[in-house]
Amino acid sequence: MSDDEDDDHRRSIDLAAGDKPGGGVLSSDPPPPFSDQVLENVLENVLQFLTTRHDRNAASLVCRSWYHAEAQTRRELFIGNCYAVAPARAVVRFPRVRAVALKGKPRFADFGLLPLGWGARFAPWAVAFSSAYSWLEKLHLKRMTVADADLALISSSLPLFRELTLFCCDGFGTPGLAYVAENCRRLRVLDLIENDMEDDEDDEVVDWISRFPETHTCLESLVFDCVRCAVNFDALEALVARSPVLCRLRVNPHVTLGQLQRLMARAPQLTHLGTGSFRFGQVGGEQEVDLEPAFVTASRSLVCLSGFRGLTPEFLPAVLPACPNLTSLNFSYAEITAEQLRPIILHCHKLQNLWVLDTVGDEGLQAVAATCKDLRELRVFPFHAIEDSEGSVSDVGLVAISEGCKKLRSILYFCQRMTNAAVVSMSKNCPELVVFRLCIMGRHRPDHRTGEAMDDGFGAIVMNCKKLTRLAVSGLLTDKAFGYIGKYGKLVRTLSVAFAGDSDLGLRYVLEGCPKLQKLEIRDSPFGDLGLFSGIQHYYNMRFLWMSSCKLSLRGCREVAQRLPHLVVEVIRERCEEEENVEAVEKLYLYRSLAGPRSDAPPFVKIL
Amino acid sequence: MSTDTARSSTESNVSGLDYEETELKLALPGASRTPAADADRKRGFSETVADLSLGASRTDSRAGDCSDDSQASAAGKPPAAKAQVVGWPPVRNFRKNVLKSCTYVKVAVDGAPYLRKVDLETYGGYEQLLASLQEMFSCFTIRKYQSERKLVDPVNGTEYMPTYEDKDGDWMLVGDVPWKMFVASCKRIRLMKSSEAVNLAPRETTGCTSTR
Repeated sequence: MSDDEDDDHRRSIDLAAGDKPGGGVLSSDPPPPFSDQVLENVLENVLQFLTTRHDRNAASLVCRSWYHAEAQTRRELFIGNCYAVAPARAVVRFPRVRAVALKGKPRFADFGLLPLGWGARFAPWAVAFSSAYSWLEKLHLKRMTVADADLALISSSLPLFRELTLFCCDGFGTPGLAYVAENCRRLRVLDLIENDMEDDEDDEVVDWISRFPETHTCLESLVFDCVRCAVNFDALEALVARSPVLCRLRVNPHVTLGQLQRLMARAPQLTHLGTGSFRFGQVGGEQEVDLEPAFVTASRSLVCLSGFRGLTPEFLPAVLPACPNLTSLNFSYAEITAEQLRPIILHCHKLQNLWVLDTVGDEGLQAVAATCKDLRELRVFPFHAIEDSEGSVSDVGLVAISEGCKKLRSILYFCQRMTNAAVVSMSKNCPELVVFRLCIMGRHRPDHRTGEAMDDGFGAIVMNCKKLTRLAVSGLLTDKAFGYIGKYGKLVRTLSVAFAGDSDLGLRYVLEGCPKLQKLEIRDSPFGDLGLFSGIQHYYNMRFLWMSSCKLSLRGCREVAQRLPHLVVEVIRERCEEEENVEAVEKLYLYRSLAGPRSDAPPFVKIL
Repeated sequence: MSTDTARSSTESNVSGLDYEETELKLALPGASRTPAADADRKRGFSETVADLSLGASRTDSRAGDCSDDSQASAAGKPPAAKAQVVGWPPVRNFRKNVLKSCTYVKVAVDGAPYLRKVDLETYGGYEQLLASLQEMFSCFTIRKYQSERKLVDPVNGTEYMPTYEDKDGDWMLVGDVPWKMFVASCKRIRLMKSSEAVNLAPRETTGCTSTR
């Protein structure tokens, strides 16, 4: 999912204030005959060529008739925060939408910082869409709670529905998938990515794969690596066999190597393959399976390879025939060493996206840097995600990548130790960087060679990477680092801060200095009410602000809430805590909204 | 700009709340704090370095640079192993669970009809593992002979040797290799009756079994 900016909400608010039901012309002159309608038709025909939401938002502000014409012709609706607008309002303004992207919980929910039951339920949207959007074709949901009943409703109400993507959602299980498979006769895409699926009891697991239509399907993409329970393999194989346009298939780890071979034989035209596990099953006879011929065939079309959860490394070389054409490779669940990676990566000249575990070490990254000259995105995840583990990647790997992969645009790098010099090096070697996320896992850890704070490294990134829009900082950082960000980070839209800064000044630098800032998430940093106040001029331009374990007080948060009536200010406690009038605010989540305080807030959320 | 002092007096006026309670410190909640702790100060750099046992020679020359806005103070020293913090490092639970599942191993006991599963990563070493096994199959007590570890069923005196199957498929005695190596290579555990354990890979005679 893209993290592009959403609507300029402040302008939407202005528009809302002047919104009158029926919106007629108020002039006292008699309207010229026909011209209004003609204008509207012309406009609609012209506006349909505007596709990006930024262009459409701009067009909608020109005047009332443009607003209406644009609203009638908008086909794709993007809602970056499901609580920013009520479903009813959205469907009334944009009646002819064909595709919706909807995002729910703040990102820090992924790390357990948001108590369960906070919200972002899809249900009210499902109800609104199923009655208002009969032509809806596509739905992309991110961090929403989606119930099986919601999937039942959507799948049975929308005859043209063809594309469902659920990313980091929860609340549904195999019954929900069965509704989709069975009811959506035109389904082309079913992508389930990193969802926290319900653990069905053994007897409640539904064989959803068998519910797809028995005739040829129009399936193009079937991604289900996050489905915990095994699927009926024979049904899966038969489904793949009768899906002639299937080009993306990512299976879950229950699929064995032998079974994978059978699937690849059924679908030789795949462009994206997720192998599930890449190990033999317990059933005998699998030892003879040789996947190399399958990859030779696949190499004609395969560009993206992933899976490898719990792989048997000895069989990795089977993928070699496909390597020269790969543009995307995800080894981030494969515990492989540099020695195991090297022979594979050596052939991946065209690679643009690579995700790996830090078990490959600095040497593995050096091998990547030596071959993958076209690399655009790199993610290095930690195998042991704890603070004081040994750590196998460091500043050495980062420098190697920066020197070898000059076209790098996006990096996520987990490490135990880092130096300013390495980060500066990357800022100079990789001027195309748009996303820079460095996670030094030890809290407050300084440059391990000089002992200094990491201020200068991150400063160099914002200074030298002129296209940077997303930044995540870590390590020992003083207010100076935030000063750099405020001064140079003029395009930064998303900023993630943890265990950093000295005082309110740090927060102030950022809120006053970064005009494009949309999403700011902060944890465990010494920013208090004064820092919070410094953003008052900017919060209506932002999608949200998250601050947890900082130094905020209830009084300060209340003041912000009072001064900004279109802001929803949520103070969140732990579920089990009693409500007391504790002045210290543990978690703050604030966001602009046309809908006002939400009615579905649980007891542990106080809306100021 | 002394926002810090201004802020703290305002805050404590408002609520009478002791801000030290909510102050960020690298310590377990309730750990003793030095009386001189200054509520709004971040840990001074010098303490950080000392506690993290990093290049000790750097402390003096660098202490000035990053401590401009905060004066050095001991905000409470962290314990030797830092308390785990919720959601840090920021790795999605989905990913953590996928990688974690590699350390779940089945435990079987000769003669018992059921299997249990343990997550080896939750143990710090052999002692904890054996104690947990003992609890699990609650009829055993651990008896230690010299360098061997055995579990004994007090009812009939049968001795069980904890054994494990490693990645190569060989059955070994638990306790032979360093703990981390064991965690990485153990596929499953079997409490084998001592009488059957004679065919296992020979122990190293240099046998110090301190395997932490």
